[in-house]
Amino acid sequence: MILNIPFIAVVAMIFIGLYAVLFKRNLVEMVIGITIIESGVNLFLITLGYRWFGEVGGVAPIFTSAPSDALENAPESMVLPVPQALTLTSIVIGVAVLALMLSLIMHIYKHYGTLDVRKIRRLKE
Amino acid sequence: MSLRTIVAAVVFSILAMFFVFTVFMLSFGAPKASQMDDYIIMNTQKETGTNSGVTTIVFDYRGFDTLGEATILFAAVSGVIMIFRRVKK
Amino acid sequence: MSEMSKIVRTISNIIFPFIMIFGLYVIAHGHLTPGGGFQGGAVAASACALLIVAYGSTWVFDRIKVSRLSVFESIGALGFIGVAFLGLIIGGIFFKNFLVGSDIIFGNIPQTLSTASDFNTAGVLPLMNFAVGVKVIAGLFVIVLVMAYASSAKEWKK
Repeated sequence: MILNIPFIAVVAMIFIGLYAVLFKRNLVEMVIGITIIESGVNLFLITLGYRWFGEVGGVAPIFTSAPSDALENAPESMVLPVPQALTLTSIVIGVAVLALMLSLIMHIYKHYGTLDVRKIRRLKE
Repeated sequence: MSLRTIVAAVVFSILAMFFVFTVFMLSFGAPKASQMDDYIIMNTQKETGTNSGVTTIVFDYRGFDTLGEATILFAAVSGVIMIFRRVKK
Repeated sequence: MSEMSKIVRTISNIIFPFIMIFGLYVIAHGHLTPGGGFQGGAVAASACALLIVAYGSTWVFDRIKVSRLSVFESIGALGFIGVAFLGLIIGGIFFKNFLVGSDIIFGNIPQTLSTASDFNTAGVLPLMNFAVGVKVIAGLFVIVLVMAYASSAKEWKK
């Protein structure tokens, strides 16, 4: 149970992000909570593909200057490469969504003058 | 306490039970299905000629996902330009 | 935003080419070491963001037009799709790697399970790396410049 520390870290990050989204009154703090949830999900994707090799850990799946005892038993001593490639796409999607969210927050501030969620509820102006 | 706080606390506790149950059932460091990744690691240098396993998956074995990701970047940049069109120079 | 003091401007003049060369190195060696198009593009875009912070967004916005930077981004996207369509025309499959084994450019094949690192390998991948790198640099530079200029503007047109 003590070896499952990365998964416990993922659960802690998602809970901190959920607390920031549900219980805060400022719009910028809600956006920070969404970013923390996204970081937790990316960490979960990467730790799904780790592989132990005897006593030491696995090696990155790159053949340039790899250690020689990792090259001999080739597939079992290297980490799975497919989850890392999918995490790259997820990070770029997070950056794009964050840019659009912050632009909309600047637009709202110019129009209402405040960033309190309880005061931005009028639909007709 | 308001109704919003009570509902949020109940949702939190149910989610906590689900997450903790999942953490104790996963095994860290021993993936169950790894046949596709073993094939990719063994046959990368012969079929594509790269030394890196991650870049050839992003651009060669799964290049269609990279095309979708480039489209998302383009849509985000054009959305940001469109929002700030009325700023006085 | 207004500009910063003379010390900050001088140091950022000195350190800007080093960050840019490191970003281009990460883009160019994407098929040998960890890295590639997206990672190297993010490093080079942070060098451009350093210029915006040191010189003030008003000064930079008056000299670089956003419409010309968008041309760079479109060139990167069209290059990526053009290489994929060339694979369809020459090889018969969309995204086919048609430069592996041939001797036009980037055609060598390394030995199986060896640690030799030759720059002349990996077919179509370095061309795709350059196209995606240009696209990411232009896109992130435009996002940071437009948001920094709009946060200090006094009023908007009606």
